[in-house]
Amino acid sequence: MKINHPLLGPRNASEFTILGDAKLLQRPNTPERDQARVFYEYLYLRDNPIGQHQELWFHEQGDRSWLIVSRDTLTHEINNVELASKVIKKGQTQ
Amino acid sequence: MAYSAIKVIKEALTGHRGWKPLWRRPEPKSEYDIIVIGGGGHGLATAYYLASEYKNKKIAVLEKGWLGGGNIGRNTTIFRSNYLLHENEMFYEMSLKLWEQFEQDLNYNAMISQRGVINLFHSDAQRDAYVRRGNSMLINGADAILLNEAKLREKCPFLNYDNARFPIQGGLWQPRGGTIRHDAVAWGYARAADRLGVDIIENCEVTGFDIQNAKCNAVRTSRGTIKAKKFGVAVAGSSSAVMENAGLRLPIESHVLQAFVSEGLKPIIPGVITFGAGHFYISQSDKGGLVFGGDIDGYNSYAQRGNMAVVEDVCEGGMALMPMIGKARLLRMWGGVMDMSMDGSPIIDRTPIKGIYFNGGWCYGGFKATPASGKCFAHLLATDEHHPNASAYLLNRFEKGYMIDEKGMGAQPNLH
Repeated sequence: MKINHPLLGPRNASEFTILGDAKLLQRPNTPERDQARVFYEYLYLRDNPIGQHQELWFHEQGDRSWLIVSRDTLTHEINNVELASKVIKKGQTQ
Repeated sequence: MAYSAIKVIKEALTGHRGWKPLWRRPEPKSEYDIIVIGGGGHGLATAYYLASEYKNKKIAVLEKGWLGGGNIGRNTTIFRSNYLLHENEMFYEMSLKLWEQFEQDLNYNAMISQRGVINLFHSDAQRDAYVRRGNSMLINGADAILLNEAKLREKCPFLNYDNARFPIQGGLWQPRGGTIRHDAVAWGYARAADRLGVDIIENCEVTGFDIQNAKCNAVRTSRGTIKAKKFGVAVAGSSSAVMENAGLRLPIESHVLQAFVSEGLKPIIPGVITFGAGHFYISQSDKGGLVFGGDIDGYNSYAQRGNMAVVEDVCEGGMALMPMIGKARLLRMWGGVMDMSMDGSPIIDRTPIKGIYFNGGWCYGGFKATPASGKCFAHLLATDEHHPNASAYLLNRFEKGYMIDEKGMGAQPNLH
């Protein structure tokens, strides 16, 4: 797999490590009720879809940026890569 | 048709024209008592134990593709029970004992070979950790022997003992571990279950559950709606996708694990050997091919194939451990989809929906677990109580804080 880094161009995926589903960015604010339940769902449950998956990759052996990579889990095809910092600024993580 | 030496000789003399198919191809009935979803090793073992030990009638196994076409056909055929944590060790030792009886119980040749499993250690600290693991194995009734370097050299003279970075100091040996013909496991269970009246229905994909008031009454499949009282889901690799149909999110990610076979060689690897400093393990099949593998690729995948980075990593591990394998040519490689759970341990439990029971999250330990998984899941389905040896494999253990985290990695499935 090659990841088309927004700043550095196509880089081999082996330069990166993957953390997982980009939904991990949406850490819940401490809710008043059901705290244990809310954090359990955030930390442990995953959608784990077949098909499109937005995920967090870290360019560990490169510029050490975090990327949000949209990738198909059935074909490994990558169709979008963005800097996580930009996406967060735009408030675009669903 | 029971197999025997006489039968084999008779067939050999008469041109092998008398062998029959091992299982029927029944049409699905409209209703069963228990439906097992997933016709792989675990599902078929579950059906076998439901029929044989719990005397359940009217059981069906639904398989979306062909029988044994998932991970039971894509593994590296190793069984062992060398775990540290009690919750795992008691379960996997139960499984190893069931493997030892497998061929006699099922009247089926599965080429079981208890050739031993050796985990190598490369430092004093790692040796101490393996001593602790060995003691845990002994406490749970398994076998474990610590080999020092001299003893190990007798068994495996070909290892790279003087590797500058990771010198080999010895190994933890489980003589009762070994390998078993993986397809024969699926076929053996299928044949035995079929003979006990279980309907094995292939090309029958479950597409939905009929759930009313948090109770499941039927499954919708590509071959019509089928009613049952209980449904056991054993579809590891596709667990999240199937359980999504029941509205459940699971503490599971699907990852790809690759495996490799070399060309056939004369016998050279005496048992199963695992590298303690990198992720690499190897055994030699009866046909002579070196069967080896390493780590999962690390990203979510349903593709049943991996990428070159891990191929390279595995081969580097192999070369560091036993440089001689650099002479062997790789014949083929493949990938299987693993249910990676949040603590690296499996789940055999009820679900919040009455009537649906779940078996999954096997990470890459599923093959060796097949008989115990089937027996414990059958116990749960038949009696509604957890089998004592699988009583810790609960779905809500993440919520309650009772993780069974063999490696202490936390909720990061690609690190288990």
